[in-house]
Amino acid sequence: MKHARIRYQGQVHHVLVNDDHSVTVAGQRLAADAVEWLPPAQGTVFALGLNYADHAAELAFKAPTEPLVFLKSPSTLTGHNAVSVRPDNVTYMHYECELVVIIGKTARNVSRAQAMDYVAGYSVCNDYAVRDFLENYYRPNLRVKNRDTLTPIGPWWVDKADVADPANLTLRTWVNGKLTQEGNTSDMVFDIPFLIEYLSSFMTLSPGDMIATGTPEGLADVVPGDEVVVEVEGVGRLVNRIVSEAEYEASGNRS
Amino acid sequence: MARGRILLNRQARGVTLQADGSLLLDNGNPLLDEPQWLAPVSGTVYGAALNHRSLTESLAAAFEDAPYKAAPRAPVLFIKTSNTQIGHGAAIPFPAGVARIQAGGALGVVIGKQARKVSAAEALQYVEGYTVVNEVSLPEDSFYRPAVKAKCRDGFCPIGPWLVPADGIAPETLEVETYVNGVLRETNRCADLLRSVPQLIADVSAFMTLQPGDLLIAGTPLRSVNLQPADVVTVAIAGIGRLENPVLAEEAAR
Repeated sequence: MKHARIRYQGQVHHVLVNDDHSVTVAGQRLAADAVEWLPPAQGTVFALGLNYADHAAELAFKAPTEPLVFLKSPSTLTGHNAVSVRPDNVTYMHYECELVVIIGKTARNVSRAQAMDYVAGYSVCNDYAVRDFLENYYRPNLRVKNRDTLTPIGPWWVDKADVADPANLTLRTWVNGKLTQEGNTSDMVFDIPFLIEYLSSFMTLSPGDMIATGTPEGLADVVPGDEVVVEVEGVGRLVNRIVSEAEYEASGNRS
Repeated sequence: MARGRILLNRQARGVTLQADGSLLLDNGNPLLDEPQWLAPVSGTVYGAALNHRSLTESLAAAFEDAPYKAAPRAPVLFIKTSNTQIGHGAAIPFPAGVARIQAGGALGVVIGKQARKVSAAEALQYVEGYTVVNEVSLPEDSFYRPAVKAKCRDGFCPIGPWLVPADGIAPETLEVETYVNGVLRETNRCADLLRSVPQLIADVSAFMTLQPGDLLIAGTPLRSVNLQPADVVTVAIAGIGRLENPVLAEEAAR
């Protein structure tokens, strides 16, 4: 089953998503484009840097020996079909297609062998970065990775049982319909059980927490007007459009 | 009037501090027993690292070398996740297998209305109030990578006891005192923040919206206060509050 949070007529609803991507609210069937899709979960968001060996090489880094974990706050999250703002006067803003793990129950000191018991399901995110703002302090810093609107996530999360093998899923990104990024979750440096064991070894994970597991190679600059689609096989397809600061400010459509 | 959050009969409740020091529940009834305090925040807790002169002066030379290569330009921020946030009186777990943990007495700035691209001149209008924070951390020997493992341990961010309304408080005049077992171990002045509270709000809200209930930790000084199991650590800011927490070995704290 697919679980979503949507806003319809000013109200937020937790809904199940039908096969045609419509949702049912109070007995009324609503088409996918009739609702505002919100981030599907609301816990702590962990994200992984350099978690695909090919991507690490692309950025001229050796793959890390310990997970490179950073955090995101709700202020950066948006849902499916939302816009993301490219700041004025920057030279390189890129997408990152990622599989997201949704935690299903409280996890502390969980072993690798037991880790999958703590997974509720999976989602998709586009973990945009504005590389102009990288500095060598808590890298990647919040100004790169936690800007307003720069983490679309969704459209929904799917139950763990509906994904046969999360360690063998194709990730793809299209910009204006052109395939620009393709990889497979089998190439993760630190896989999902490892990440749950690692994080829960020093802190408590809670239901609704999300782990964005990193991105493979194939990054490219995106500019206002671009439509960016990230997809994880069998999980979801997340659509997003890049806007300029001026367009965003003029839209009056800010959360 | 200072306002706090407590746990009563397993429910979070609001309390207000009266002039005589007593507490009133949100339904107007007096609270007789010492309550179980919760952290008085509802949003995200952000910290500003490298924002106190005592720390940045000690690192000035290192900033020019690898891996940093240049002093920081934008605020260096971190997030204290919800598992870290505890109230006044709750135990700070001393993690098994860890050699040292350190107190981080600091001013907490709680946002009252949505702050997005606000100027420093206007920034204090977006502050609802102030509280006391103990930003506990493992020692950090590097600031190159995000400090999740050092800073996001369970119970590593006592906050409280309450939130004092911002009216009439000039944050740059505040002094943060840290005591261990009643002995004063550190005093740091908010006047020594590299970015003042309004400047920090301006520079952060330039790229990231601060929401009502979010908290900014204004900056911890050069770490000097080690904590051990069975210690009691107190962070006090005159006019704001005294935040006291015991330190317990991890197994005992659960």
